[in-house]
Amino acid sequence: MNEKPEKLIDKKGIRLDGRKADELRPLKLQVGVLSNADGSAYIEHGKNKILAAAFGPREMHPKHLAMQDRMVLRCRYHMAPFSVQERKSPAPSRREVELSKVIKESLEPALFLELYPRTGVDVFVEVLQADGGTRCASITAAALAIADAGVPMRDLVVACAAGKIDDTIVLDLYDAEDKLGAADVPLAFMPNLNAITLLQMDGILTPEEFEKAVNMAMDGCKKIYEMQKEALKTKYMVVKEVEE
Amino acid sequence: MSSLVTRVRLKQIEQLIEKGKRLDERGLRDYREIKIEQGLIERAEGSARVLLGKTEVLVGVKVETGEPFPDTPNEGVQTVNAELVPLASPNFEPGPPDENSIELARVVDRGIRESKAIDTEKLCIEPGKKVFIVFIDVYVLNHDGNLIDASALAAMAALLNTKMPNYEIKDGELKIKQGYTPLPMKSHPITVTIGKVNNYLIVDPWLEEEQVMDSRISFAFNDDGNICAIQKGGSGYFTPQQILEASKIAREKAAELRKKLDW
Repeated sequence: MNEKPEKLIDKKGIRLDGRKADELRPLKLQVGVLSNADGSAYIEHGKNKILAAAFGPREMHPKHLAMQDRMVLRCRYHMAPFSVQERKSPAPSRREVELSKVIKESLEPALFLELYPRTGVDVFVEVLQADGGTRCASITAAALAIADAGVPMRDLVVACAAGKIDDTIVLDLYDAEDKLGAADVPLAFMPNLNAITLLQMDGILTPEEFEKAVNMAMDGCKKIYEMQKEALKTKYMVVKEVEE
Repeated sequence: MSSLVTRVRLKQIEQLIEKGKRLDERGLRDYREIKIEQGLIERAEGSARVLLGKTEVLVGVKVETGEPFPDTPNEGVQTVNAELVPLASPNFEPGPPDENSIELARVVDRGIRESKAIDTEKLCIEPGKKVFIVFIDVYVLNHDGNLIDASALAAMAALLNTKMPNYEIKDGELKIKQGYTPLPMKSHPITVTIGKVNNYLIVDPWLEEEQVMDSRISFAFNDDGNICAIQKGGSGYFTPQQILEASKIAREKAAELRKKLDW
């Protein structure tokens, strides 16, 4: 990593990568990218490149983990060894175990778990390249993969972070801003239900700054939500035309 | 987990909360009784036991020397580990840490780290080569709900009780001298967890309430009353209004606890 720059955001409110405070990185979303998975999605969020695949609802393995009254959602968030500057050991780190758990808990509220007793849905997320905000991009992609698998959902789940660099609240931090900035607030949201399904924070924020960051992250989520729907339509509208 | 509590009882807890009451006769925003005992493990450099109602957590702090991280050559290292020991609950199993204990450790770690509670720069012995490593081991001895708050409290109480060996450097060698000095501390984070049962927010959920609640959110506050860490957990959701309300409740409770503990 280079020397720490003096300022992460200049007087005109432009960030090191040229974005304004409330501007998202460029996004690309694609649905149905893997042929063996029941559902899959690929996301490029800035320099993040992430694949998500969903399998199920299917029989649980091992069987004793099945629940008699509901479906079990399992998630695995995993980073490829080559996804970061210094090679990451492929064995799951404590960070990955925690993220797998919070990603699962961010997706569960979207599913009708009680309608599919004794079954399981597995979601696998592979981070191929990381540049800050991978948990959020993973959730956005995982929700698409589950939708692509045809699992009924209350709403899509979309995630985005806000944070604080220097003294400014900004949207969608990339790696350098995350590491050198003052705070990071990843948030997952179901826009149609007005429901926050993931919220974490590290760094220091006053209560006022926190409220501003939450609102900014939700606005960011709403923009990505439109792209998510577009990505689903791109796959499924084409099929419809062929049938006609 | 719910096998030990009947559905009737869970329903009862739910209905009481809707009337603003709780099974253990607390108000929705009351903590259970908190007892803190420090320095009960003489072998450890610092230790504390916290009783939060019937939830019991023991934290031991060991201070050793080791290498700093390459990106922070002038700072000591803080590590938190949590063990959900099998004697604490019929649902805990021996074995490597599962996602629950890893999450618990990381949430406790984040509160201490982000508030810069430990003055890690004062733990540097030789820049880039040798620093003190502070091992904070959270031992859950009895699980009766809200492990996050109990563990965070116990970890802080143990750190405030921690004594470091005196040392001097002679010819590049570390020599331990007689006597001890307190671990250098800069801040005193306090973590407050709010549970959500239907649309009601409750402070300090205990075990049976944890089985009814659909989600929880924990806020850590530093000495200035600013937020320094957050973790939402559980398979439910919060509306944006509930998040802000929970953060206000948590802030008030943290200030209350701070006054009571004199931190």
